Amino acid sequence: MDYAGVVTLEILYMIAFLVLTSAGLAIVFGMMRVINLAHGEFVMLGGYTTIACSRAGIDIYVAMLVISPIVVGLVGLIVERCIIRFLYGRMIDTMLATWGLSLLLIGLVTLIFGNSAVSVPAPIPGYQLGDYQMGGYNLFIILVTVALVVAMWGVLKFTRAGLIARGAMQGPDVVASLGYNPRKVYMITFTVGAALSGLAGGVLAPLTGLLPSAGAAYIAKAFITVITGGAAVISGTLSSAVIFGAINQVVSFAVHPVLGEIAMLALAIVLLRLMPKGITGRFFRDGT
Amino acid sequence: MTAWQSVGRMHWGWFLLCSAVLLLLPLVTDTHTPTLLLVWALFALSLGMMWGYAGLLSFGHAAYFGLGAYAYAIAVVNIGESTIPLLLSMLVPAVVAAIIGAMMFYGRISDVYMGVITLVVTLILFKFMSATAGDAYVIGAARLGGFNGIPGFQTLNVPGYPEISLFGLPTYYICAAALLLCYLICRWMLARSFGRILIGIRENEARCELMGYNVPACKTAIFTICAAMAGLAGCLFANWAEIVTPRVFSLGQAAEVLIWVIVGGLGTLIGPILGAMALGYVKILLGEQTVIDNSLILGALLIIVVLGIPRGVVPAVIALWNSRSRLGRRRKGSERGMRRRLGTPAEERA
Repeated sequence: MDYAGVVTLEILYMIAFLVLTSAGLAIVFGMMRVINLAHGEFVMLGGYTTIACSRAGIDIYVAMLVISPIVVGLVGLIVERCIIRFLYGRMIDTMLATWGLSLLLIGLVTLIFGNSAVSVPAPIPGYQLGDYQMGGYNLFIILVTVALVVAMWGVLKFTRAGLIARGAMQGPDVVASLGYNPRKVYMITFTVGAALSGLAGGVLAPLTGLLPSAGAAYIAKAFITVITGGAAVISGTLSSAVIFGAINQVVSFAVHPVLGEIAMLALAIVLLRLMPKGITGRFFRDGT
Repeated sequence: MTAWQSVGRMHWGWFLLCSAVLLLLPLVTDTHTPTLLLVWALFALSLGMMWGYAGLLSFGHAAYFGLGAYAYAIAVVNIGESTIPLLLSMLVPAVVAAIIGAMMFYGRISDVYMGVITLVVTLILFKFMSATAGDAYVIGAARLGGFNGIPGFQTLNVPGYPEISLFGLPTYYICAAALLLCYLICRWMLARSFGRILIGIRENEARCELMGYNVPACKTAIFTICAAMAGLAGCLFANWAEIVTPRVFSLGQAAEVLIWVIVGGLGTLIGPILGAMALGYVKILLGEQTVIDNSLILGALLIIVVLGIPRGVVPAVIALWNSRSRLGRRRKGSERGMRRRLGTPAEERA
């Protein structure tokens, strides 16, 4: 019974982890058809910001929930103005340029923080579930993710800004003829996407030691979650995160942790072969 | 005709000159670094052929490089004679590429998803090979060794004579010969109708299909051939380094070869070769100092090239050269002017 509880919580945590780390990428890909390969480095930057702030004596919750998104959002804004905006519509070139950006950011962070792991202790103590010691902080991550998904859904569905963003996604020409500048919408969307990556990085920072190359661990999972999910931002990301999170943890518990990740990646290839437009390209087409 | 459109001709004069330079180079310098540069050049050539001519961008070409290296190392530890391992180092990546390629191309997966799938394959191999430490992971007599890889296997030997192993200068000449041979094979493919069909697929896939060519089969074929070449490069790399680690599958390795090819130039064969040699040498120089991180330079370079000269340095130089020599006989160039008005494929893509 306790064991079942542990497995359930771990699966929930993995799903939350996938949703959290891929939310920023999903917004940018879903709205703008831009694949940001520097996404992992945005998450990594969020983590470094949180650690730097908490070392400077700022409350860690303020650092992860407020400062990290703002800092990384600003980085995203600069990146959009300097690189991405010249490459709209050239998907492969965008992937290449953002891959270059990812290497650049890794190099910069190595230059500033050095190539050794830094970490910050989790602010929530663990607790006992039957015979098992559980990380209390994982629950916090699940809560943050639920709040994030609800907020994203609410903004996209019920606010004017969300309406314009969805309009720019479906028909930039129509949006332009109604008096909104799609380029400006894209700029804001990219900034918001980067800010969400920063939030993910900040929230996940206490869990693991951070290295400049930590982004690579996020990008692969975020990438397959978003691409397999398809164009619809929320329902796509949620559905693929549920599938991948469950597969990863079940195989990890049943066989071996490394095989869990490999099973997840292999499943991604199979799903892409079966549904080249992603899950939401086939099911829930009307979702957001 | 712009460099992007041209198939390129075989310039025998240049080819013989380069061969002579490669032949005589050991007289003036140590061969350790040039050998590595030749291996990287071969690796870049295999991606440049596929990407530049057939328009197939594999984000995880390092997978085949690494498979070649591992196939050689595992086979040579078991067999002890290098001829069959050398063949296996090309056969294994080719078979894997044929399976993955057929899955992707017959499934009509678009280029972005192809990028994802090839990248994921590389990641799977990286994760798996890194996790193979311990006695449970053994193929025959070869321990996979996890993150530490497979050290101390036998290097190439004269076929049939396992006791005469080759290293140092002979390895250099083997690498040079492999590079020149693969270059000739690429040129030969491009001169035949197979090469023309590949370029046709790059320019307009639907039209090629409607003309009756079997597009998925052609794509799978070139993917397989280029994977075999990358596998050969991997095998030679294993011989140079005398150790194989999972690093050959890493994202860094996958990114590096892309950067060499795109900086050198798409749609040429010499571009990727020169790009790999020049940037590879820069990497070695940067590795000797610690002030500036190597990935910082590579990343900045990739961004600048994608934004500024998306076709790469060599085609840009050729285009510049052509336009300068064209100035003198502008009045004769009505046909060229027509072509330019019709727009190059690069502009259409943009």
